[in-house]
Amino acid sequence: MKIPTGRQMPRADRLKPPEWPGGRSGPPNREFSVIGRRNRKVEGLAKVTGRAIYADDIALPRMLHAKLKRSIHAHALILSIDVREALAMPGVHGVITGKDLPEYYGIIPWTQDEQALCEHKVRYVGDAIAAVAAESELIAEEALNSIRVEYEVLPAVTGIDEALEHPEWRVNEKSVEGNISKRVELEFGDVEAELGRSDVVVEGRYWYEGSTHAPIEPHCCVADYDATGLLTLYSSTQVAHYLHRDLARVLGLPTQRIRVIQPVVGGAFGGKSEPFSLEFCASKLSMITGRPVKILYTREEVFYAHRGRHPMRLHYRTGIRADGTLTGIDARIHIDGGAYSSFGLVTTYYSGQLLTAPYTMPAYRFDSTRVFTNKPCCGPKRGHGSVQPRFAFECQLDRLAEAIGMDPIEVRRKNFIGEKSTTVNCLRITSNGFPECLDAVERASEWRRKFRRMPYGHGVGVAGSMYISGTNYCIYPNEMPQAGVQLKLDRSGRATVFCGASDIGQGVDSVLAYIVCEELGLELRDVRVVAADTDLTPVDLGSYSSRETFMVGNACLDAARKLRGLIAESLAERWGCRPGEVTLAAGVACCTRDPKRKSMSVREAFQLAESRHGTLGSVGWYQTPQLGGDYRGGTIGASPAYSFTAHVAEVECDVETGVVNVKKIWVAHDCGRALNPVSVEGQMEGSAYMGYAEALMEEQVFKAATRAHGAGLHHGPSLLDYRIPTSMDTPELESLIIESIDPEGPYGAKEAGEGPLHPSIPAIANAIYDALGIRCDSLPFHPPRVLGLLAAGGAREAWERARAQMAARRSGLASGASPPHGRRGTRGGRARATARASRRGGAGC
Amino acid sequence: METQETAVCRLSVNGERRECAITPYTTLLEALRYSLGLTGSKQGCDKGDCGACTVVMDGLPVLSCITLAFACEGREVITVEGLARDGRPHPIQDRLDESGGAQCGFCTPGILMSAWALLERNPRPSREEIARELSGNLCRCTGYTKIFEAVERAAADLAERR
Repeated sequence: MKIPTGRQMPRADRLKPPEWPGGRSGPPNREFSVIGRRNRKVEGLAKVTGRAIYADDIALPRMLHAKLKRSIHAHALILSIDVREALAMPGVHGVITGKDLPEYYGIIPWTQDEQALCEHKVRYVGDAIAAVAAESELIAEEALNSIRVEYEVLPAVTGIDEALEHPEWRVNEKSVEGNISKRVELEFGDVEAELGRSDVVVEGRYWYEGSTHAPIEPHCCVADYDATGLLTLYSSTQVAHYLHRDLARVLGLPTQRIRVIQPVVGGAFGGKSEPFSLEFCASKLSMITGRPVKILYTREEVFYAHRGRHPMRLHYRTGIRADGTLTGIDARIHIDGGAYSSFGLVTTYYSGQLLTAPYTMPAYRFDSTRVFTNKPCCGPKRGHGSVQPRFAFECQLDRLAEAIGMDPIEVRRKNFIGEKSTTVNCLRITSNGFPECLDAVERASEWRRKFRRMPYGHGVGVAGSMYISGTNYCIYPNEMPQAGVQLKLDRSGRATVFCGASDIGQGVDSVLAYIVCEELGLELRDVRVVAADTDLTPVDLGSYSSRETFMVGNACLDAARKLRGLIAESLAERWGCRPGEVTLAAGVACCTRDPKRKSMSVREAFQLAESRHGTLGSVGWYQTPQLGGDYRGGTIGASPAYSFTAHVAEVECDVETGVVNVKKIWVAHDCGRALNPVSVEGQMEGSAYMGYAEALMEEQVFKAATRAHGAGLHHGPSLLDYRIPTSMDTPELESLIIESIDPEGPYGAKEAGEGPLHPSIPAIANAIYDALGIRCDSLPFHPPRVLGLLAAGGAREAWERARAQMAARRSGLASGASPPHGRRGTRGGRARATARASRRGGAGC
Repeated sequence: METQETAVCRLSVNGERRECAITPYTTLLEALRYSLGLTGSKQGCDKGDCGACTVVMDGLPVLSCITLAFACEGREVITVEGLARDGRPHPIQDRLDESGGAQCGFCTPGILMSAWALLERNPRPSREEIARELSGNLCRCTGYTKIFEAVERAAADLAERR
């Protein structure tokens, strides 16, 4: 299929970051002095003293407050909106509706299907239709209540089946056809042939419920359109750059006349990685009123803004040989996208593309369909699009292991794809510490003593996964770097790093500081980080797809190392030694051959270099190499480096109440190199906590129509009703950092922010099977579900059978018998099929 | 609509006498954040579910977003801005920073106030006691592990001081 010019991914002769002699994995001096230490964060003290400035902490003179009016119907035409009473209300300064912001936008350029305020039609309960700016939030709310809207209610599509069965109830007019948002079918190798050669084929159907990010800070922005026609927008966002671009389009302002500043953000997890109504509305109202305008979402609005985990219905057929090697995997997936596209194109690809490691898959096929429904739009939530398939597959792997009588950790080892390898869908794997992850959780959890050995109700389960460290695919096609850093050195002995990077709590501001300190020998307190201000900082694409450490880290390393070179050269000249003999660490510059006599402070070294080379400054940037398979969608999921994770979960289940108590999760994660182990552990623990929460208790679900109300109301849009774990609910979490030292990451580092979430859910599901003999194939694993599965019968028998089988295998292995191999039964006369590329997708890698 | 008329509210916050002109339905959180310039306490839900607004009043943690400001006249209110002494952070603040217990930091002020109030009452809490006392403060980032470690270390610091 011919790809239109606008869609072409960057060419082969792309920008290449510099190559450093000796590579970029090791320290600039003989050993690290900052990297790898348990450092504090640069903004930590501000956060613990209440001085960090979040968007709602910003108050500008003469600031107005605005609120959004939202649809009470899940699907309706807007016949009329009467705002006259609102406009006339004392204290009201501006009222806007859809016609004031008619331009469509959307994070993915091919699917721009949203308006800041709906003009003709509303597509979910909560869809915004009007905005009022007033002296106070109270007056704004009064004015909203006075706005008269006439709707023509349409039938509401409430789920995947309805979306497919009723294409005539068209939710989103920009859909491909009916209610199809996106369909991706790709096959690599010959799946049916491989399944045919299997000794066991297991079929499983899974339901992964939707969940939302629920950051503790709601969305908030302050817009200030000043007298010169410059718009400044402070917003709690992960993507200042993309927001900047869409603001220009929707508001009809030149990009040069807009400044987006990201203040400290109180959590995001993917829920703030695209533009939202409040940002456009606050900006427009500021342009109309000539005064700053703030919008703060209520907690209820945050649930409706959503952009969280897509509910997925997953159907897998997976095959294995008796010796434990995987054969073919076939996946059929339906994805509930809600009312708009958001990142849906990427979600649909990720639902298949990201499954192909850490295990070798001789043949793999996926057929994923995302549909539109009349519910809040789904988007990227930590582990975007790959958490659900990973859950299903790791449960399938557990079933396959049981079917051939192999330990689940063994079967994962057996199929390990290796480092420096290529997946069946042409993803390039470089560093890969997965076996070490398995070893670590096996040892730490005392797996061999516990698996299939504990009393009824107690069990352990294992799962593995992989994730991207950013990808090749930049959201809008262009050939410019994906991350940029500018570095300024000052005679006072201080460095300032300017970078568009978005710190959402994961610690990327600090990563920039650690790298500068390491390269230039500074103390942490002598580095300033200026981030995510589109007037001041070079473009970084933002905090999503776990790209920050890898991409801005590399850009920063290059910028810092360039200046280090100038400084080392100046000192070498002064001291009569070679630049390679210069060490910069802990505020001191010295010559390693003669440190007592040849040394000075780093501050003096900066001054020396400035007098030799002029004012000191440098630029660093990062662009991914050309990666991905030569087929449509081949770059989506193609990453310069992948992280790997393994979890073991231990559970204690109460058969009378159905309560699953997850006692502990051991989390082993290959992050390449932990630039700061405290931060990496924090990501591992936070990810495991979030996966646990989805497994046990989170549900973003909506009410069916009743006589009292229509369909589409959120079941419980509050932090009381939407269950997220408290300090008393959260299991014990143990982090085990594995370092495979990636060749292309900054000092060998890879991601840690999303990968460690994936295995939690299947590890818990597999542990429940070990404990009770029931397979939890649907989320969440709450008491009604567990009790229902127990009541269905056969649990105890399955449990005993599994135990007996493992005991037999263990004693068989102990007595020296070889593990079973070869075919069970014959398939008379059938020729052995060879794997071949399918016409549909699998081109050469 | 509720009245827009304001009256003077006299509060004692962090040991200082503070006054603001507010409506009778203004919450303590709103008074602190929007009238008194003390933006350390956060609004996460505005209905008492998340604990980000936690301050300490007469020694006990309270949810300031569902407490009326006028109901706090004559009481001693301590916010996160009041924990540091002579420009030096309280051990609970220092240990939370050092341990990595503040990622995005939004729940942090509320967590600090609950933890501080606990340590004032119970200088040697067990981990179970810490978990229970913090169960009204939702954190979405950390999984609580490093928060517990920080409180335990701070308790040891305070014990050493005595």
